[in-house]
Amino acid sequence: MKVTNLLLATSALAIAASAAAAEDMTIVSWGGAYLNSQQKAYHDPYMAMNPGLNIINDDASAEAVAKLRAMNEAGNLTWDLVDVVPSDAMRLCDEGLAMPIDFDKVLAPAPDGTPATEDFGALLVSECFIPQIVYSTTFGYRTDMVGDTPPTSVCDVFDLAKYPGKRSLQKRPIDNMEWALYCDGVAKDEIYNVLGTDEGVARAFAKLGTIKDSVVWWNAGAETPQLLADGEVVMGSTFNGRLFSAIAEQNQPIGMLWDMQSFDLDGWVIPTGLPEDRLARVLDYVRFATDTQRLADQSKYISYGPARASSAPLVSTHAELGIEMAPHMPTDPKNASNTHIYDYEWWADNRDDLDAKFQAWLAQ
Amino acid sequence: MSDTTHTGPMLAADGSPLKRSLERALRRQKLRALALIAPLLIFILVTFIAPIADMLFRSVENEIVSETLPRTVVALKDWDPTLGELPDEAVFAAMAADLQEAAKAKIHTRVGSRLNYETPGISSLFRKSGRQASKWDLEKDGPFKDVLIKSEKGWGELDVWKTIQVYSPKYTNGYFLNAVDLEKTASGISPRDEDQQIYITLFLRTFAMSIGITLSCLMLGYPVAWLLSNLPSRSSNLLMILVLLPFWTSLLVRTSAWKVLLQQQGVINDVLVWVGLVANDDRLVMINNQFGTVLAMTHILLPFMILPLFSVMKTIPPSYLRAAKSLGASNWTAFWRVYFPQSVPGIGAGSILVFILAVGYYITPELVGGTKGTFISNRIAFHISSSLNWGLAAALGAILLGFVVLLYWVYDRLVGIDNVKLG
Amino acid sequence: MSLPIYATPAQRVWYYTFRVICGAIFFFLIAPILVIIPLSFNAQDFFTFTPEMLSLDPAGFSLKHYRDFFTNDDWQGALYNSLRIAPVATVLSLSFGTLAAIGLSQSHVPFRRVIMAVLISPMIVPLIISAAGMYFFYSRVGLQGTYWGVVLAHAALGIPFVIITVTATLVGFDRSLTRAAASMGANPITTFFKVQMPLILPGVVSGGLFAFITSFDEVVVVLFVGSAGQKTLTWQMFTGLREQISPTILAVATILVVFSIGLLIVVEMLRRRSERLRGMSPN
Repeated sequence: MKVTNLLLATSALAIAASAAAAEDMTIVSWGGAYLNSQQKAYHDPYMAMNPGLNIINDDASAEAVAKLRAMNEAGNLTWDLVDVVPSDAMRLCDEGLAMPIDFDKVLAPAPDGTPATEDFGALLVSECFIPQIVYSTTFGYRTDMVGDTPPTSVCDVFDLAKYPGKRSLQKRPIDNMEWALYCDGVAKDEIYNVLGTDEGVARAFAKLGTIKDSVVWWNAGAETPQLLADGEVVMGSTFNGRLFSAIAEQNQPIGMLWDMQSFDLDGWVIPTGLPEDRLARVLDYVRFATDTQRLADQSKYISYGPARASSAPLVSTHAELGIEMAPHMPTDPKNASNTHIYDYEWWADNRDDLDAKFQAWLAQ
Repeated sequence: MSDTTHTGPMLAADGSPLKRSLERALRRQKLRALALIAPLLIFILVTFIAPIADMLFRSVENEIVSETLPRTVVALKDWDPTLGELPDEAVFAAMAADLQEAAKAKIHTRVGSRLNYETPGISSLFRKSGRQASKWDLEKDGPFKDVLIKSEKGWGELDVWKTIQVYSPKYTNGYFLNAVDLEKTASGISPRDEDQQIYITLFLRTFAMSIGITLSCLMLGYPVAWLLSNLPSRSSNLLMILVLLPFWTSLLVRTSAWKVLLQQQGVINDVLVWVGLVANDDRLVMINNQFGTVLAMTHILLPFMILPLFSVMKTIPPSYLRAAKSLGASNWTAFWRVYFPQSVPGIGAGSILVFILAVGYYITPELVGGTKGTFISNRIAFHISSSLNWGLAAALGAILLGFVVLLYWVYDRLVGIDNVKLG
Repeated sequence: MSLPIYATPAQRVWYYTFRVICGAIFFFLIAPILVIIPLSFNAQDFFTFTPEMLSLDPAGFSLKHYRDFFTNDDWQGALYNSLRIAPVATVLSLSFGTLAAIGLSQSHVPFRRVIMAVLISPMIVPLIISAAGMYFFYSRVGLQGTYWGVVLAHAALGIPFVIITVTATLVGFDRSLTRAAASMGANPITTFFKVQMPLILPGVVSGGLFAFITSFDEVVVVLFVGSAGQKTLTWQMFTGLREQISPTILAVATILVVFSIGLLIVVEMLRRRSERLRGMSPN
């Protein structure tokens, strides 16, 4: 008796607490410079338009799928809107944890009247996913530690003779395996076929093994810029926007290596099961935050390409530094001469398996 | 009134037999003690023990397969996978019906990702076929063997069906097997592929590093505890503060301090370069490896070694040592034959405590451990928040918990948990 | 253990070597904590001593990281959450814990050993396991991501410390005092508050401080059980250390060190007072 009473009493309190905060909207994102760009481009103007509304930021995007699943088990949804990458959006959509979106109804058309589905075009990769930006995972290097010949190819990462020193790579198989095979001589369109075989996996690990002792593995996007700034590594992979802020905003001696940058998207999902009033508010926010102007505004604060075609011409200069942003976008033709697009479906199948192998390989 | 002795039982003031009255009083006392303890016990059982029991349950629970695919599970029961032939049409038809229903409820991919932990590729099988399932007419579109294999050729693979059959039961030991680098197959239990074996290594590494940490704590803690217990109490109290301060300082403060000290551009390397012991381009790597983890954790856990050692050493009379020496023992003999044996309980208490705490550490290895210096805890956290393989996380946790409980029991036997002291 | 005047030279050498070794170990214990204090006044955004700092040039020092801590909403929100969670968790573990400690110190407690083992277990069970269990279980009952979920979890983690410190005070407690009070007609409640409580108060207070610091310092469980609304100071530090490494962390760390010194002094004073009250002081 006592047990259930206690639980009932406490959960009643918890519910009372969440009901009292009716004017809060919890938006989940990645934190750091990225959150900052969203805060300035979306949250602040939206809160100015809606006095009395308070946006709470939760930097939990990395654990979004786990936490949404837990909330779903509990039937206690504390999040209103979640920023995720497409692979997670697909998982959430598949599990029924994210809401399918009628894009033309929910999202604003472009200023010239083009419907949202056309404006976003091929970037609408899942029926639950509202894209915001295009970003890429690519390499930065210390300009003062590479001599007179800065690296020009992703394969220079694997060349310890030419560029001695540590490099930082993300602690996961995605991207690293592809780069390794590419630099081991596999043609770009053959990468996933090769990686699908045991020999291919062994080949990728063998290539990564050549630099294993010189790799610092990172978990969070801000680690590589920090490691580069501290001179702990010569080069390292991270999200291009993080490198941009280290170069342009903090004046670090870092150069960009765009070769074989790995494209990805980032965007919103709306969790299923929101009560009417909260859902209405979220939809209103999303319509505002993903319109042409807002997406273009975001690129004033971070060098990620807006997901709408109609926003591209509006991309202007950095809000504080006044530099032209277009040449820093991953989509700029000069930067995108050789890119890598990773296969969501393939990774959805092989992620667990390759991750186990990757971890075993790391532990060896 | 007679002075003769009573022959009957002793009576209490109210006339009842004294023995019974005492018994009643004792019972009342016991009940009162229990009544005082009960609220806390219930609190702990609900907020702490129940969650752990719940987690342990997850390590064997496997209801998702039979709940999502009820018809298939029944139909697959009689299939003999050793014949090397695909199951018959009844199984495929059952799967089509199950898939259609599951896809409608949007739960088909959940079972797909569950089975994908065992056989890669199943996840997309369920996702892709699930999309088409709503269009199937279960009455007319048969035979479903062709329909399914046409929709996704993976349905024609024996391994897929073997996996579904092996993981049909409501409860499974599969997670535990995976946690010790084994796997469950249609033909019984077999070791996992060599390139996927990781957990035994991780457990062994966790234990080896914890032993390393315990030993270095002992080596550093013993002299300090000895000094503290032999100084006059005024100065020992003062020095004790130096031991207790780290103990009271936030774990994250101490971990960040080590991060600052050990980095290649950190304080220690700077000093070494400045002194000239190390060349500027050849700075020592002391972080993101096992060395960093052992060093930082030794610092963090050292007070847990010193305090039990100190409380035991304080009870060893210094006169014993003097007596031994006056009887002609050398310093070393006196220490080794007389003092040391008496300090062994302190060594036991401190070592077990430090080892228990070390073995389950998460924060410090996560921040300074890199890849080679991480513990099993870090892997558990990974499975909870990234890979979402909660069953495997629970199984790994259960094994770790088993070890810790065993040591806890030993500790209780040797020292008694009542004797834990906190400064 | 001063050196006797008749010590041989070898003994003398050993005596001083030993002291130097102990000194080095004490240095090892304290130096890492102290080293962050000057670094937190760094005028640069670095984690290491700049040449200006080494030459004691005032331009090398600044309070900017402290200013950042006191003006940054994230840090202030985190501080507010820590201060909102820890005291409530402390009150919970202290009230349940003190009662139970008194119960446990009675002479006849059935299953004492088992009960004790259960009550101390939150200190022994690896935090990641507690966190995982609570994450799953609290999700099921709707406490995950709520204020009360974190408070209950922290209260459970603080209980062993309360039990240990309060039972330690009760060991020296003279039972005849309560019996005397009872024989003079005081009811159990009066006896508790007038006789027992004042004597065990130091233990209760230091148990409370332990429970407070346990909640205040805790990071693993709150990472799992909490959500953005419960982001505590240590959580913010953890993400900071892993992600946006800024020297503000060192400023926060310095403040926390000063805070721990304060707590430590209070606990030490209480311990001595308790020993004096119970006539156990070695002095």
